[in-house]
Amino acid sequence: MSELSVKHLLGIKYIQPEDIQLIFKTADHFKEVINRPIKKVPSLRDITIANLFFENSTRTKLSFELAEKRLSADVINFSAAQSSVKKGETLIDTVNNILSMKVDMVVMRHPNPGAGVFLSKHINASIINAGDGAHEHPTQGLLDSYSIRERLGEVGGKNVVIVGDILHSRVALSNIFALQKQGANVKICGPKTLIPKHIEKLGVTVETNLRKALEWADVANMLRIQNERLDIGYFPSTREYTQQYGVTKDLLNSLDKEVVIMHPGPINRGVEITSDVADSDQAIILNQVENGVAIRMAIIYLLASKIK
Amino acid sequence: MTKQKVLLSSKEVNIILHRLTSQLIEKHEDFSNTVLIGIQPRGAFLANRIKYLLEDFYNIPNVKLGLLDITFFRDDFRRGDKTLEANTTTIDFIVEDKNVIFIDDVLYTGRSISAALTAMQSFGRPKDIELLTLIDRRFSRHLPIQPNYKGRQVDVINEEKVTVHWAENEGEDTVYLISK
Repeated sequence: MSELSVKHLLGIKYIQPEDIQLIFKTADHFKEVINRPIKKVPSLRDITIANLFFENSTRTKLSFELAEKRLSADVINFSAAQSSVKKGETLIDTVNNILSMKVDMVVMRHPNPGAGVFLSKHINASIINAGDGAHEHPTQGLLDSYSIRERLGEVGGKNVVIVGDILHSRVALSNIFALQKQGANVKICGPKTLIPKHIEKLGVTVETNLRKALEWADVANMLRIQNERLDIGYFPSTREYTQQYGVTKDLLNSLDKEVVIMHPGPINRGVEITSDVADSDQAIILNQVENGVAIRMAIIYLLASKIK
Repeated sequence: MTKQKVLLSSKEVNIILHRLTSQLIEKHEDFSNTVLIGIQPRGAFLANRIKYLLEDFYNIPNVKLGLLDITFFRDDFRRGDKTLEANTTTIDFIVEDKNVIFIDDVLYTGRSISAALTAMQSFGRPKDIELLTLIDRRFSRHLPIQPNYKGRQVDVINEEKVTVHWAENEGEDTVYLISK
């Protein structure tokens, strides 16, 4: 297979296992490109991409922008804070105005789940979902799997535990879909209040004891406690959360195997993981960031090649 | 119906490879400041053969060979029906101030070599770049690019195709002319 089965990347749910393999294979080539003395290729010199961020983002936006620029695309940036959205313009009107300026592709982050799917029904440009509320964050899901593949050789058959605030996490959902489509086993671990009801229906197992989860796992993906989304008290205190669900070096050393530690960032050092864990060889957090650029280049390249 | 005609037999390919290798030695002597770059995917086979002959037959040790993929530098992105699929690039040496020899099996429009020249800029500034091809389809060029070393010049019309088979890939060293 040399072509994606989709025109947009709205979520991992909507793509095929073969699409994931094609994206990874293409990302391998881009990883080599971004380690060259000159890290840029001219493939997308006639493509214009709009980065529409209706919600704050630092690393995802930087990563997308870097990926776009390394493919030689023209880039325009938009953030809701300084826009007419504040004046009451609808999403479709905002995007159609931008598309009238001859934009070929839209990278969008939006606080509402399903914003990308909604938009894809009303506009012609290719859409990449850069996070829609607590729904999906497909590029993060793909770069996490890609980083596991890089460290452990393959994703299939591996045990991966996702720890923390699953309820508010779009990273968790995209990871679950991506890992399952590649044949990995997924476990969810966290306080009961932060685990969505009926999540077992997605085919994952639930564990509330971190030590037990880590004893089972090859990889632990530690999610950030998203204080900005915690509208009510889901756990008594940050200190108590850390005692129950924080990964420390002592805890990792007491296991009889080496668990790979991941984190989508930004890290709350001393909350979900301690500094010595974050900076240890077991952690592949910075590899995830580097791989993020290669994965996004691959996705943009593959989607752009379908624009005629 | 497609017709297939042998342009070069295994024996002829072998003689030509020896001649091309000898011409390279004549110009580049001990290869101390010269590197070979095979253009992916099909140039890799020819480049490996040349390296083998230089090292094992003509006793020139440590000939440096890299493989360059030009997919992301091609000028026909989004112009065909299919997504262009990339190959591996492996250049694990410095090309700065080196004499670089591009190696490809067939020189046709010259667009691949043009893309390769652009791609090479990502790796540094070579002293000079030469081009070696097994087959030169003269009269088919779109760009002012000519080979420095050529195996066989052929006059082929655009509807016809020249394919090079290699023993390690297709089981025999033969060059075919395929016409519809």
